[in-house]
Amino acid sequence: MNPAQLLQKWLELRLPADARAWLAEAATKLRNGSDTDLYRSVSLVTRKIGKTDLALAPNEREQAGASREGWDPSDWSLDQAARIYLLLVSGTDGATFLRRLEQLCDTADIGELVAFYRGLPLYPDQPRYVLRAAEGIRTSMKAVFEAVAHRNPYPAEQLAEPAWNQMVLKSLFIGSTLHPIVGLDRRANPELARMLCDYAHERWSAGRPISPELWRCVGPYARGEMLRDLGRVLEKGTDPERTAAALALASSPDPEATGLLWAYPELCRAVNENKVSWQTLANPA
Amino acid sequence: MRFIDPHIHMSARTTDDYERMATAGIVALIEPAFWLGQPRTQVGSYIDYMSSLVGWERFRAAQFGIHHYCTIGLNSKEANNAALAEQVLEILPRYLVKEGVVAVGEIGYDDQTPVEDKYYRAQLALAKEFDMLVQVHTPHRDKKSGTIRSMEVAIEMGVKPEHVVIDHNNEETVQDVLDRGFWAAFTIYPNTKMGNERMVEIARKYGSNRMFIDSSADWGVSDPLAVPKTARLMLDRGIPASDVEALCYGNALKAFGQSGQMKEEHWLSPAPVDQRMLFEGNSVLRGQTPRVGEQPPIAERMDSVAFK
Repeated sequence: MNPAQLLQKWLELRLPADARAWLAEAATKLRNGSDTDLYRSVSLVTRKIGKTDLALAPNEREQAGASREGWDPSDWSLDQAARIYLLLVSGTDGATFLRRLEQLCDTADIGELVAFYRGLPLYPDQPRYVLRAAEGIRTSMKAVFEAVAHRNPYPAEQLAEPAWNQMVLKSLFIGSTLHPIVGLDRRANPELARMLCDYAHERWSAGRPISPELWRCVGPYARGEMLRDLGRVLEKGTDPERTAAALALASSPDPEATGLLWAYPELCRAVNENKVSWQTLANPA
Repeated sequence: MRFIDPHIHMSARTTDDYERMATAGIVALIEPAFWLGQPRTQVGSYIDYMSSLVGWERFRAAQFGIHHYCTIGLNSKEANNAALAEQVLEILPRYLVKEGVVAVGEIGYDDQTPVEDKYYRAQLALAKEFDMLVQVHTPHRDKKSGTIRSMEVAIEMGVKPEHVVIDHNNEETVQDVLDRGFWAAFTIYPNTKMGNERMVEIARKYGSNRMFIDSSADWGVSDPLAVPKTARLMLDRGIPASDVEALCYGNALKAFGQSGQMKEEHWLSPAPVDQRMLFEGNSVLRGQTPRVGEQPPIAERMDSVAFK
């Protein structure tokens, strides 16, 4: 099944009869519908369908990933699923889809923006939405930013390196998290490592805390001064920061990194025996 | 005591105001679509303004633990630019059914010109089409007859009185509004319109049935704490607490709650999805418990700036 069919099935299983009937009627109308029909149906969704969690079962999550690689709607809500479903069934070519999406974003409320950005990996003709995704990253509304950045395969697939690096740095800047970013390790690069270390220095100068996750994208490209930064964290950091520095050093191919880590046998053992990982760091038991 | 300010133009206010309002116990507010102090010349300005009412401003309010709702409409002053008004009317349907839009508003009369009348009626028709409430701005000049006319036209257009809030009332208009079965709102403005001393006397005379108060604070001289301050004064002057609660919280909720878009549970027991949307996210990396949707504790707000 394609994503639209999956969304339809999941919604039908969860919605009460009246909401189901409304959605079916709206979808039928949209198959050859006007722009206005689409705008009105998409906005009406919260009033007709509500905002409870979609709450997918494990097998449904697997279906999502099988139907579109990397698609993870595990934390979607019903209104988001219904809005994306309606967009998809309005089934047009990429150019019309983009034009309508831009119109919708121009007059969107917060909930709609979150839904539209979460839907990015499902839209036709994927490269068309790069500027829209970059716009989402520029937002000052954290929930909107995270709709692009978190559990969304689109940025890693489509963003050029400068936009990608901005997204990662901004996550830290606005107090968001890195571990839900899809492709975080795959897209790590030397320029990002440099930007993150500069950012760490700024925070140190200001006497402000640093997210331990920062070091995850530094590790693979750490050398010279960056290794000394990691050494400083190992020596003086909080426990989660020291764990993060150890994980980062372990991911570096540089022999100097291995040497630094060896000075801390306990951390070294925890990393080697997989007792700590970026996941355990993000979600302490 | 908790408060609702059912008419306040937050786009014109600072974060200091939000902070003081939250501290004073305001849990929710309604921002009516209004003009900006000078007339807009392009429909695009309306689009950006209305998008900010359902987007950025809602997010901004949420950061202070205040629930932001709005009303959407073409105000009476700008209705007088007929060419522009026509374009605005075309885009209104795109906003009316957005989440958290509680009414068509604020609409009504300013100079009571024929063009104002035309667009007031057109928007009453939209309210009927979309099954929505109406928030009416009554004129500052020739107030009494303008207020009566607003109500008569609403009835003529087939809108039910219990679905209409008549705002900016005073001693001269309140009886007519209550007699016709409409909701009567009072704006507490420093210096103009209703001062809070006058409101105390109105509460003494009319009680609290179908009445509530607001600040209408905007970019002019106005007080975003007008509701809690007036509540304090009413309590000090011996108005029963149940009436004060109704005038400053309960009745606004009853009136605008009819929209289905504004519910007490939004601030008493926020749904997890709302918290994800609007409040600090679930960043868990520093070893703390996940903070999902933390709001300033309501009990603490009692002991507020307005009450000291």
